[in-house]
Amino acid sequence: MQLKIEVNGAVRIIYVKEERLDAHNSDELKAELNRLFDSGTKDLLIDLKEVRFIDSSGLGVLVSGFKNASARQGSFKLSGLQSQVKSMFELTRLHRVFDIFQTVDDALESY
Amino acid sequence: MKNIIDIEIVVPNQTRYLSMIGKIGENVARELDRFKGDREALAHHLNVVLTEGVVNAIKHANAADPNKEIKIRISASNQEICIKIYDSGQGFDLTNVPDPSFESDQLGEKGRGIFIIRSLMDSVEYKKNNGGNVLEMKKKLG
Repeated sequence: MQLKIEVNGAVRIIYVKEERLDAHNSDELKAELNRLFDSGTKDLLIDLKEVRFIDSSGLGVLVSGFKNASARQGSFKLSGLQSQVKSMFELTRLHRVFDIFQTVDDALESY
Repeated sequence: MKNIIDIEIVVPNQTRYLSMIGKIGENVARELDRFKGDREALAHHLNVVLTEGVVNAIKHANAADPNKEIKIRISASNQEICIKIYDSGQGFDLTNVPDPSFESDQLGEKGRGIFIIRSLMDSVEYKKNNGGNVLEMKKKLG
């Protein structure tokens, strides 16, 4: 899975550079999130601008990241949701759980 | 009711084929030129339910055994689209999954796939079939 990670102060930004975030590759994102949490990261921003398709496994990994960040008194924000991806958050009511921003810059201003 | 499209796909029990199967579903939706609704939304929904259904078969029914196979049949008429996903494993209990739209289960990590399929399709059944099982999902197009 193609991921790009940037550091902005205490925030780690993960750009998911895949067309799909699904049961085939979401475990790799989960492993990367766990690695960051284990190394002391508390505030994560996941940019999904390039993701056109997400399934329940992809959503599950994001929920797991959200819970992990919350348990550490950190934050787990999302940006760049394409319309079909956004529709999956709405269908599963997860848009009420996450802080969702249009762009990475918008999200960074919220910290 | 005459089917316009009838496709059968057999793939190994592996998640690497999800993208290909999902795209076939999208392409079927785009061919239904008498469908009056939002064809791109239908294409996305078929991609989603195929992905979720096949993942359920791979992980829960075929117990992630890469040597097993999954058969998928997509049939479409002007009135209805029917997707059948056949597994050859122990199966799973379709009724025994949490509903993630309830607040108490919202942050659960299981059950969202079946919830998504039920939300996007008009009928969902999971039945015994020839020593395995079949997940049958239908959506009316009229």
